[in-house]
Amino acid sequence: MDIPYTVKPRPDTGLYNAKIGMWLFLASEVMLFGGLFSAYIFLRVGAPAGTWPHGWLNVTLGTINTVILALSAITTLLAWVALKLNQFPRYKVFHALTILLALTFLGIKSYEYRDKFLHFEVQLKDGRIADGHMVENKRDADHIVLHGHYVENRAELMDGHTKGKEHTELKIPRADIKRMQNYGPAHNNFLGIYFCLTILHALHILGGVLVIAYIWGPGSKMWFTDPERYTNRVEVSGLFWHFVDLVWIFLFPVLYLT
Amino acid sequence: MSDAHSESYKNYTRKCLLIFLAVLCGTGLMVGASFASLASGVRIAMILTIACVNAFLVAGHLMHLISERKMVYIVLVFTVIFFIGLMGLTIWAHADVPHLKGV
Repeated sequence: MDIPYTVKPRPDTGLYNAKIGMWLFLASEVMLFGGLFSAYIFLRVGAPAGTWPHGWLNVTLGTINTVILALSAITTLLAWVALKLNQFPRYKVFHALTILLALTFLGIKSYEYRDKFLHFEVQLKDGRIADGHMVENKRDADHIVLHGHYVENRAELMDGHTKGKEHTELKIPRADIKRMQNYGPAHNNFLGIYFCLTILHALHILGGVLVIAYIWGPGSKMWFTDPERYTNRVEVSGLFWHFVDLVWIFLFPVLYLT
Repeated sequence: MSDAHSESYKNYTRKCLLIFLAVLCGTGLMVGASFASLASGVRIAMILTIACVNAFLVAGHLMHLISERKMVYIVLVFTVIFFIGLMGLTIWAHADVPHLKGV
């Protein structure tokens, strides 16, 4: 038995089933990300003055990722247009580019995460704070080495755009350390919501890549038996991909620029 | 496929490339605005306005929302209503601060 309306639109909706299904799914996704965005707003407007960080994220890498994702949205679309024009080899090239761009996005994001996990705030017993990237942290050593600088209080760390003291190699005896924590999700509310939102988004990218890679690879046999249905699959996966781009269009300014 | 059909897809491709360039310009403007020495509220409003324009370009043209079927609009109207409710509750909750008398 054939599944109805995989190619032809249903008379009542005017859409083929996969497309209306995708739009319903995207509606639920809007609410998922909307909930987290509202959590971000709640945390941000509720933060006491001077405690919400600015400039902690790498704007250059964020901008590069924005360009990469926008470009991948275009290659997805060009892949679909190529199928509409019956140009299968051209489609293969464009969708391969989409996959490569998506993997590049994930690579850059991973690099940003790594940077945060290597960045430490070390509170010393004399009240000063050492802030910088971990260079040496051997368990059996009686000291750690950071590439960073000292500040007198945490407020000085809140604005990443401010040109601070020059970063140097700091050798800190373990006996002088009161507390040490990296810039992971547990560091503060900003990093908690940053990791939550961007990891969820990255998982969507990963899911999208898996689906697109399946359609591009083993699933492409369908082009030779049912080209219209295959083209619809590419269109629907493209809709999801554009939604992922849309989410990043808001994530980038909200987290990196404001 | 007819030549007219082929030509319309080629025009569509050109339009999408222009949208890509517009999104790039928008991103550049956002980054520029983030470093501008403006009042914090004005800067944030500017950045979010540009982000909304970029989002409109992607959703309207790349996702074909400006020429979709009625059914999709119905789904999205409900989404927008619930989304406004969600954000409204957040703002409402922010104003709902307990009065700590005598603390």
